[in-house]
Amino acid sequence: MAGSKSLQIRVDPERCQGHNRCKALAPSLFELDELGYARAAGTGLVPPERAERARLAVANCPEFAISLTAKEDP
Amino acid sequence: MTSHDNPRPPARDWATDFDHLDPRWSNDPYPIWAGLRDTCPLAHTERFQGCYFPSTYSATAAIAHDTQHFSSRRIIVRDVRIDPVPAPPITSDPPEHKPWKQAALPYFTADAIAPLEPRTRAVCDALIDAFPAGGCDVAEHYTRHIPVRVIAHMMGLPEDDGDLFRRWIHEILELGITDSSKVVSATTEMHVYFAGQIARRRTAPGDDLISRLLRISIDRRPAEEAQVIGMLRLLLIAGIDTTWSAIGAALWHLAEHPQDAARLRAEPELMPTAIEELLRAYAPVTMAREVIGDTEIAGCPIKAGNMVLLSFPAANRDPAMFSEPDRVILDRAENRHAAFGLGIHRCVGSNLARMELRVAVETFLHRVPAFRMAGPVRWAVGTVRGPRSLPMTFAAG
Repeated sequence: MAGSKSLQIRVDPERCQGHNRCKALAPSLFELDELGYARAAGTGLVPPERAERARLAVANCPEFAISLTAKEDP
Repeated sequence: MTSHDNPRPPARDWATDFDHLDPRWSNDPYPIWAGLRDTCPLAHTERFQGCYFPSTYSATAAIAHDTQHFSSRRIIVRDVRIDPVPAPPITSDPPEHKPWKQAALPYFTADAIAPLEPRTRAVCDALIDAFPAGGCDVAEHYTRHIPVRVIAHMMGLPEDDGDLFRRWIHEILELGITDSSKVVSATTEMHVYFAGQIARRRTAPGDDLISRLLRISIDRRPAEEAQVIGMLRLLLIAGIDTTWSAIGAALWHLAEHPQDAARLRAEPELMPTAIEELLRAYAPVTMAREVIGDTEIAGCPIKAGNMVLLSFPAANRDPAMFSEPDRVILDRAENRHAAFGLGIHRCVGSNLARMELRVAVETFLHRVPAFRMAGPVRWAVGTVRGPRSLPMTFAAG
């Protein structure tokens, strides 16, 4: 799909304090370590049908720890 | 002398002489904070031997994230500066903070908390089963018992000690603001109580939280008992008053806004966002920091030696961060509320508190027919703000 964009999630481990808001809002896009800190699940690529959930997770992180960047597909 | 013999002079103005114990503040702080945000986002008072009050989200976040200038060795604003009483990790600064926080976190993850939900629901059901017909003080008969019973179960303490726990909390967090002897006596009593609980577990360990925390290592050495006792004091104090207040404020809101109660009954799928919104609007906890180095916040100079209130409730009402901040919007989509704090001291019990709040509200909505306030709400003063009296009537269906 030339020209289409997919979204890449990144959780900044320096900022994440384990509020778990992202995990509650988008459980398939995030995973938690044994202390409750979040990271992107798998490769962090967001399936298009989950893009809205990913944006919600960003908009509810009290630490501004989550970023979503558009990746140009080859 | 107690605060009753020695009435405090009312605050002359909120920007230069604020007093968070002033009844106008504890009864309805929101218009006061809104006024300060417009005129003086960093208020100061000479009371409490010098204290600042930031009313914006950005200033609160900046302070919470700056552990270099703002120390947690004192986290409660009192009339006098008593010697710091360590209760790690909440009273710890970096680098001591991290090993204590990491020792506690595994016991409070969402997965660790989930098994407590059925018991929490049973506690709520049993309390409602015992309600007097027609109405009661819901703080007296419901909210104040829930976190006590859940945390007692977690820690392996007798539920019947609940009155003792609530007295200590009242003395440390409320009476102790003006009467430091109360802090000393309650802290000593708690120390003796937990030392006894620990001694029992040294000979017969169980699988309760106290037994587990006795086995933790800090920097590869067994944790010192006095420090563990400090942590247990923290978990007991922080696990009770706060959640009790959040549950009470949520039920007060629903009693005053029956359309919101009706909507939650009709659309239970709104519960997750509704719980976050109620936490935002009625965040109970105001922490504090001690300024240990001169700096600047919101363009205003900050002087070492002062305290600073870290009002997460005020941050949560800042219109620069939240549209229509004074309205409770049950399906608010964007909500970066700071009810559990910001930065490294994010509440270790946030998953537990959320579970208890959700279960307590769900069970109440499910079991108690149309409920309304039947008299004035009475709010706790100081560090933790929540309803201490919540008289309600329950109408049929």
